[in-house]
Formats: sequence, structure tokens, C-alpha cells
Amino acid sequence: MTKLLDKQELKVVGTRPVRPDGADKVTGKAVYGADYNLPGMLRGAILRSPHAHARILSIDTRKAEALPGVKAVATNADFPKVDMGEIDAGEAGINVDRAGQMCLAREKVFYEGQPVAAVAATSASIAAEAVRLIEVEYEVLPHVIGVEEAMREDAPVLHDDMFTEGLPETPTKPSNVVLRFESAKGDPDAALAAADVVGSGRYSTQPVHQGYIEPQACIVSVGGDGQAQIWCSSQGQFMVRSVTAAITGMNLADLRVVPLEIGGGFGGKTTVYLEPVALVLSKKSGRPVKMVLSREEVFRSTGPGPGAIVDVQIGATKDGILTGAILEMKYQVGAFPGAGCQAGVMHALGCYRIANSRIVGWDVVSNMPSTHAYRAPSAPQSEFAVECAIDDIARQLGMDPIELREKNGVKPGDPSFSGAPYGDIAFMETLAAAKEHPHYAAPLGPNQGRGIAAGWWVNHGGESTAMVSINEDGSAVVATGNPDIGGSRASMAMMAAEVLGLPIEKVRPIVADTSSIGFSMLTGGSRTTFATGRAVSEAAADVVEQLKGRAAMIWGVESDKVEWSDGQARCTDPQQDLPPLSIKDIASKTSKTGGPIAAEKSVNPGDAMQTFGVHICDSEVDPETGHVRIVRYTAVQDVGRAIHPSYVEGQAQGGAVQGIGWALNEAYMFDANGRLDNPGFLDYRMPVASDLPMIDTLLVEKPHPGHPFGVKGVGEVPIVPPLAAVANSVSAATGKRFYDLPLSPARVHAALNGAA
Amino acid sequence: MARVTFVSSFCDNLTGGAESLELSAANVFGLVRALEARFPGMAEHVEKRAAIAVDGEVVQAWGTPISEDSEVLLYPRIAGG
Repeated sequence: MTKLLDKQELKVVGTRPVRPDGADKVTGKAVYGADYNLPGMLRGAILRSPHAHARILSIDTRKAEALPGVKAVATNADFPKVDMGEIDAGEAGINVDRAGQMCLAREKVFYEGQPVAAVAATSASIAAEAVRLIEVEYEVLPHVIGVEEAMREDAPVLHDDMFTEGLPETPTKPSNVVLRFESAKGDPDAALAAADVVGSGRYSTQPVHQGYIEPQACIVSVGGDGQAQIWCSSQGQFMVRSVTAAITGMNLADLRVVPLEIGGGFGGKTTVYLEPVALVLSKKSGRPVKMVLSREEVFRSTGPGPGAIVDVQIGATKDGILTGAILEMKYQVGAFPGAGCQAGVMHALGCYRIANSRIVGWDVVSNMPSTHAYRAPSAPQSEFAVECAIDDIARQLGMDPIELREKNGVKPGDPSFSGAPYGDIAFMETLAAAKEHPHYAAPLGPNQGRGIAAGWWVNHGGESTAMVSINEDGSAVVATGNPDIGGSRASMAMMAAEVLGLPIEKVRPIVADTSSIGFSMLTGGSRTTFATGRAVSEAAADVVEQLKGRAAMIWGVESDKVEWSDGQARCTDPQQDLPPLSIKDIASKTSKTGGPIAAEKSVNPGDAMQTFGVHICDSEVDPETGHVRIVRYTAVQDVGRAIHPSYVEGQAQGGAVQGIGWALNEAYMFDANGRLDNPGFLDYRMPVASDLPMIDTLLVEKPHPGHPFGVKGVGEVPIVPPLAAVANSVSAATGKRFYDLPLSPARVHAALNGAA
Repeated sequence: MARVTFVSSFCDNLTGGAESLELSAANVFGLVRALEARFPGMAEHVEKRAAIAVDGEVVQAWGTPISEDSEVLLYPRIAGG
């Protein structure tokens, strides 16, 4: 079932029903990771490194083990030695050995907060006390945090087995430079030399955390037969199973992962930090072990998005045609290779047709938590620099910034980064919608400026399984293997309801555990509504065929004489005068017509469609304090077709808010010893509702022609434009270009007063 | 023969910097075998790190046929958030 359904025919898709999980979530009844408990469970606690870089000389756990109430202690020595390299657990693979070291350090610690040992005890307080009794002898090593400092020849080297990849010849000397990645076409040097105007600069962004509300949490119970169950919140129960099994040396068949509600992920929960540790502790103690991170632990030990330094030059003719670009970007990936430059390189210029370009990216490790995916991973950093340079070109040319983008924006059929042509993208329509939005022409007040920025993300498809079954009363259940982060349960139920012809209230979606449904990749990359939604649609279509067959059997006619509409089988044989049969009618007779009606479908689509956003930001700068206030903000986005428009708008609003935080407030701050100085929401300032105006949204619907409901994927894009939209608005308000994020009051004030 | 293009530098350490080459293969599985024969280590590299487009379409199924005049693009596989 891949034929795009006409919007006029749709009865459920495109409406805004109450989400199936909504009541439980707003009344506090939903069960998140930390809410789950088991009889006899122990509480786990983790000892963490106080050093940014050190060699572990010894770990003495005897005093902790002797403490009454302590039932098990674990170190990395409890993980079997694995030589698996990367496994296909996320979207781009997870290195098992490194993932294990982020759960429990082995020979060295590479960042302050890295787990070193863990304890399970009969209470949380005993576990915390036991952790303090573990004696670790360290040889403290010099550390390095900054990306360019870590690239220097004399920098402390974190990994003596790390040799720069991406060079024609592998170096013989280890370094902190993980990867060099280059993409080039044409003659950008000549193009820039011949350009009438050039937008250029050195831009920097800081490491920023996803800031999900719910810290990681799990319970693991290992049975006497070696089989284990995990209850946890994550972006993928199958990912948790794969990585935990690999780290602990278990068979997948012996491990069942039950997904609980997830309180935000944004890419940060596409790996594991606790589950292998809790599994070892449970195995050793013979009891279930519950582990819950504190907010401080989340900041100190889980993966933020990387910081980056991006040098950009973009040239244009006096008519506003972009002719050449040269970029170099250095990504601060943390202690182990994480979210790096490749996606930054691939996305940097993807909004525009530029014939000549050279983009070089570097991934650099340093002594901070290993970075991880954060919503459109690595794209905001590079597109921030590009969108600021584009803005500078528009200003130099005296040209409207949207008009400049319209002159150069990509259209369907233009080559994408890979060389493959863009599909039915809607960048032009999105730019036009932004230009026509009342916000774009609204007057500005004193000390206010307006900024425009665009952004895009490639989006993903991938493996998904879905099952649709009909209950005895004619209602339906939709089961998928994807955690519901952004309202996917609602969209799955709506697509199934549309195909079946049932009201949405008659379709109940569930997120199934790893032993109850076939494999699905994790929820990420804006793939779930697209790929899993396709599996749901196909399963529902299969169920409809079965229902038609059963109706034909009841009526005694051929199956091709039955059609399905409005949730009813109708006989098309003109010789018959039969009233329609509803799903309920057919479901009540399944025992007489062949048994239960259900279908499971697995898909692996590769035709995910790229999407684009254009954001308009008005900011007001206080010249006395340097404080930047967002006065008005509008996110315009190409969304394919919105299954549940409210949740699509929510994605655009949430991404915009996170991007605004990245632009104005957020940064990891380290002291002279490499210790994180702001591991909490008081000092790591994310925007809250009272900080911002209502984020206005405008959805541009140009459906994906290859998806039954036209879905493209919407979650990643909205975090890309805000960095530059905010920076461009502040530049417009002050007449000064700001190159470094966050635009804190101190930084803005210093610039306005000539101190920077 | 099908033209295989390594988009960007992500295979440089295995290919010595080759930008493209021509190969005969019935499908993506055959193409990867041929690449491995020419550049040892490429099969694992492609399986773990690459996205593949055949004639402008991103392919997930390696049984996808490749014709004599196909254009095959190899480029880095990236993760979403």
C-alpha cells in the first residue's frame, strides 16, 4: 500500500483528536522509568570519576562489599571482553567497547563523571554510602577540553589506539583527531576570488545537552535460568536489547526489554548508560536492581550534542547568485567518537545550489562526556555558520534575505549532497510561505531586529514492524516497536483508523516489548511516523483484505465482489441485495470464518524525504545589560502531510525553543580541572515558558508521493534554523555581527561596549 | 559497467583517495563483494558506515539490481536524533 491517499478522502488523518496516552500523562498515571518497581528490588548507585583524565591504578571494593545491605558490586571487569567493533543498534552503529566504557570505565577515565564502579544495596542510602567506601587509586593525567587545543601536537592524547581516519594514509602516531572528512566539487577558490561579495566568519557553538525532563532509569531482573528482563525508558527497546546484550555477552533471546513511557529523548536516549550495569548487579545479587540517574549525573555522564568551530566563506555575484563556498568545521565530540562532523558537512550547504564548494570536517576527542545525537545531529552547528554568512551577503547586496534564498534554494530534482536528486521537497514553498506570513512585514520596535534563517534535515526510513489486530467487538489494536516520544501512538492509531474506516476511539495503539513484536529500529531521525506508519498502513490494509474475504464468505460471493468503505464491507454484485457488514459484524463471526483477524508487516523504506524549515525571529536587545529578549518567533516548515497537526506543530515549537536556548543561554562550562561547573538546570539555563513568546507555526503541506499518507518526517528540522535566526536578529538589532554562541548578556554587552 | 562514486572522502583510507571507478555487479551484494576484492576492508566499511544510492534512489535492500549503466553513490550513513 504505497499509493498516496487524496487529502479530501481522509476522515481521521489531519484531524486533532485527544492523544490516546494523554489522560494518563496529564494526571500523573503514566509509568516512566523511575516509576516502575518490583518486589525485592535493590537500588543501584554509581561511583564516578572526579578527574577529567586519569589512569585507574586500582579499585578496592572490599569495604563497600562489607557494608550491611550491600548485595553486589560491579566494575568493568564484570563485562566480558568483547571484540565486536560496531553493532547495528542505532541508525549509524554503536561501538560496543566504547559503550561499555561509558557504563563502567576500564583502564582510564576520560571525563569527570565517567562511571568507575557500581553498587546494589537494599536501599538507595546504603548504596550511596557504599559507593563512598570504594577506594580508587588514580594517576591523574593532563586533560584537554577545547577542540582546537585538543588538535594541537602537544595536546594530551586520550586514546593511544586512535589514529586519524579519512586520510589517504593512516597516520602512525595516535592523536585526538578521530576523523577528517572532505566533500568538494568545482573550483571554490576561483569562485570566491571572482565573487562580488563574500560572507565569511569564524563561528563557534558550545556543547549543549538535550535537556530531556526524565533522567535515564531502569530496572533489570535476571532470573535463575539466566534470562533477563529490562524495564526502562529509551528511544528504542530493541537498541537497549542489542547494546546491553553485546556489552554483557548475553544472547538476544535471553533478554526481553519492556519499554516504559519516555520523558523526552531528542537523540540522547539512543544508547545505554545504566542497563548493562544494572544487569550485572542483578545477576550477581540474584535480585532486581533499579537504577535512576540524578540530573547532575545526566549532565556529567550522558552525551550532549557537540560544540563546533566553523570557518565559512560564501561568495555571490552582485545579482545574488551564490557561486562558491569554502568551509572548515571542527567538532568537539567528547571522550569517544560521537556525534561528529559528517552530518555537519553533508547538511551545511544542502539548502542551496552552489556549483563550487569545499567542506572539510574534523572530529576531535577531548576530556568531556562523549557526545551523542541531539535532534538533527551536527546540522545546527554548520548551518548556523552558513545562514549567518548568507544573511551577511544579503545585507551587503541590500537584498531581502528571503529573496536571496529563493534565488539559490534547492528544488525537486536538484542534486543533493550525495548526488542523488532531491524528491518532492518544498523549500521554495516554505520560503514563500514565510515571506507571505504577517510576521515578516510586522513593524519592529526600538532596539529590535528581525532575523531569518533556513535549515534542513535528510530524515530517515529504516526497519519497522507493526501489527494490527481486530478485537471481538470490532475495535482494533495497533502494536509497534517504537517508543512514543512525540505523539507517535496517536499518529499510528490515526493511520490505522483511516485505513480500517474506524473512528479513532476504536483503535488503541500500544508500544510492544522486544519479545512481543518483530524488530524496529529506534525512534529517531524523524523516522517513526514515516517508516513505522508505513508498516501500520500496510498491516491495516492487509486486515481490510481479510475482512473483505470474511464478508465474502459470509455472503457466499467472490472476494472481488466486496469493497471496503467507511469501515464496512459492501457487496458490489448487482445480483445481490445485501446490507453492509461492519467490522463488528465480521469480528463477531471470526470463529466461523477462519479465526482471528490480524496482520503483521515489516518494512525497510529507503525513500525518506528531506524537509526544510524557515524561521523568523524578532529579538530585542537591552543596550544597558546585553540581555536578548525574543519578542516574536514563527517557525514555517515543510512537513509532508501532518497526520496530527497539533503534534507536528508541537515538534516545530519544541525544536525552535531548544534552538533558541542553544543560541542564547546554553553551554557546558568547565573549570580549570576539567570539571563541569553547571550540571543542573539552575546554572545550565534552558528556556522555560516564561522566557519566550508563543512560538507561532505554519505547516507547509507537500505530501511525500511514495507514502500512503504523504509523511515526510518533522522532528529534526526545527532545531536547525533558530541558532542563525536568533543571531541574525541580534545582528539586525545591534548592527554588529555575533559569531559565538551563546549570546549571553555578558557577551552581547561586551560587544556593544567595544570590549569584544 | 556500473559507475561507483565515493561521495566525499569517507572511503579514502581504503581506496587511496579514488573518487570513482567502474564495476560489474548484478546487485548491491555483488557490488560490495567486488569492492572488497579491490579494496580489502571495504565490505565491512560499507556495511557499517555507508548509505547507498542506485540510480538516484537510496536503497536499503542489497538485492537491488544494478545494471551496466547504473550510477551507484556511496556516502556516509548518519544518525538522527
